[in-house]
Amino acid sequence: MASVSEDNLELQEIQKLEGHTDRVWGLAWNPTSGADGVPAVLASCSGDKTVKIWQKSPSTSSFHLKATIEETHTRTVRSCSWSPSGKLLATASFDATTAIWEQVGDDFECLATLEGHENEVKSVSWNASGSLLATCSRDKSIWIWEALPGNEFDCVSVLQGHTQDVKMVLWHPSEDILFSCSYDNTIKVWAEDGDSDDWHCVQTLKEANNGHSSTVWSISFNATGDKMVTSSDDLSIKVWGADIVRVQSGEGYAPWKHLCTLSGYHDRTVFSVHWSREGIISSGAADDAIRLFVENQDDLGDGPMYRLLSKKEKAHEQDVNCVQWGSKESGLLASSSDDCSVKIWKLGPRH
Amino acid sequence: MVAGLINANPIVYEKKERRPRTGSVVLEDEYAVESIDHMVVFSLTFLHHIRDIKDPEHPYSLEDLKVITEDAIEVDDKRSYVRVTFTPTVEHCSMATVIGLCLRVKLMRSLPSRYKVDIRVAPGTHATEAAVNKQLNDKERVAAALENPNLVDMVDDCLAPSFE
Repeated sequence: MASVSEDNLELQEIQKLEGHTDRVWGLAWNPTSGADGVPAVLASCSGDKTVKIWQKSPSTSSFHLKATIEETHTRTVRSCSWSPSGKLLATASFDATTAIWEQVGDDFECLATLEGHENEVKSVSWNASGSLLATCSRDKSIWIWEALPGNEFDCVSVLQGHTQDVKMVLWHPSEDILFSCSYDNTIKVWAEDGDSDDWHCVQTLKEANNGHSSTVWSISFNATGDKMVTSSDDLSIKVWGADIVRVQSGEGYAPWKHLCTLSGYHDRTVFSVHWSREGIISSGAADDAIRLFVENQDDLGDGPMYRLLSKKEKAHEQDVNCVQWGSKESGLLASSSDDCSVKIWKLGPRH
Repeated sequence: MVAGLINANPIVYEKKERRPRTGSVVLEDEYAVESIDHMVVFSLTFLHHIRDIKDPEHPYSLEDLKVITEDAIEVDDKRSYVRVTFTPTVEHCSMATVIGLCLRVKLMRSLPSRYKVDIRVAPGTHATEAAVNKQLNDKERVAAALENPNLVDMVDDCLAPSFE
């Protein structure tokens, strides 16, 4: 891939995946697919209550529908997430349940249904080792589930602290630290107390700490896990940093600090942000556009830390709900929209 | 749903004489938006979609109760943007979110999908204005609400006269 410092890069539409009959909310690339002869696999979930599995054909390089998971969730499937091994798919639904799926042949079999939330489950995330799962809901709570042998999932903790519905949960890419964002405009950081299985909130990033002034919709981490990006209904994208080496060396907690705010780009709610392994932040918003940001290399000390690399106006005909970089292939991006479609993009030199 | 009426005796206003109804053809004409006259026609076209929505707790339309007036709608066709500002009959009206939901659903069903719609209560007319506005413009909450059969029945009931 071309160096990210080049300014002549743009997103080129490779393919439009059609099949969902309602808005497409979430996307998840299978983390073990897309390299070493394993074709890339993408899951998409929708207001049509289904999850679709798309696979790249090795011969034609185009994506085709491989499976549709249906007739289990009775309401919108809001979010989906592959386990780190790529073997299990978790789906979170407005029907208040989270389902765990395993691929058996060409079909997906439901191994477990996690019940407990009072109403809509909005997001689900696996930790780095695949031993823990987190879910969050409009009921303001976050549940942490432990994956046990025999496809059992036990709730180990229920986290209360947000004052409104929790929009998204995401585990840190290497540490067992959980991040959540909410309609209450805050981002909360949760960690375990020693060996006691007792989880508590260790930090709250609020408007008063240079945080967001409206609903926070999405969170993503850079590859090394020392930076986090968040997006909001306040139309801004914020980058946060922490001394993660301190955490990794066991010296204790390192607080997250505001590094920079990207505003004046999207003019409607920014629903999704995702940081690529190569360091490119993608954002998708209700203004139908996708934007890409990179760290400023020619930094003279007082300029902005991040700059716009490229933008795609009218990436979709309606709101962009999710953007996700491919797990292995550089510059491959998927986006989902209220226009019922999923699009596959490739970042390449402008024609 | 509620034991007593939120506003037992609403003021019912006399209907204004209606300007001639314009067809959706105007929406397709990109040149039409350039003149002010056409902008007025334009807002009226949008107004036509929502004026006959029934109040959730009275047999009157939103227009009869002045919840919606002619200047309630701002349209920027170039940006495919519509903002509807409504005025609850009382400032503690717990029906405000239902009215807002009705407005959103009606516009979703009537307008081309390219339109971005913001719905809000008129500044200073509701005790929890910011909270109501935030909820009405959170599309995830709206989507969840529209999967609730009781709420959908209520909305459909209010919208029925507007489709006649």
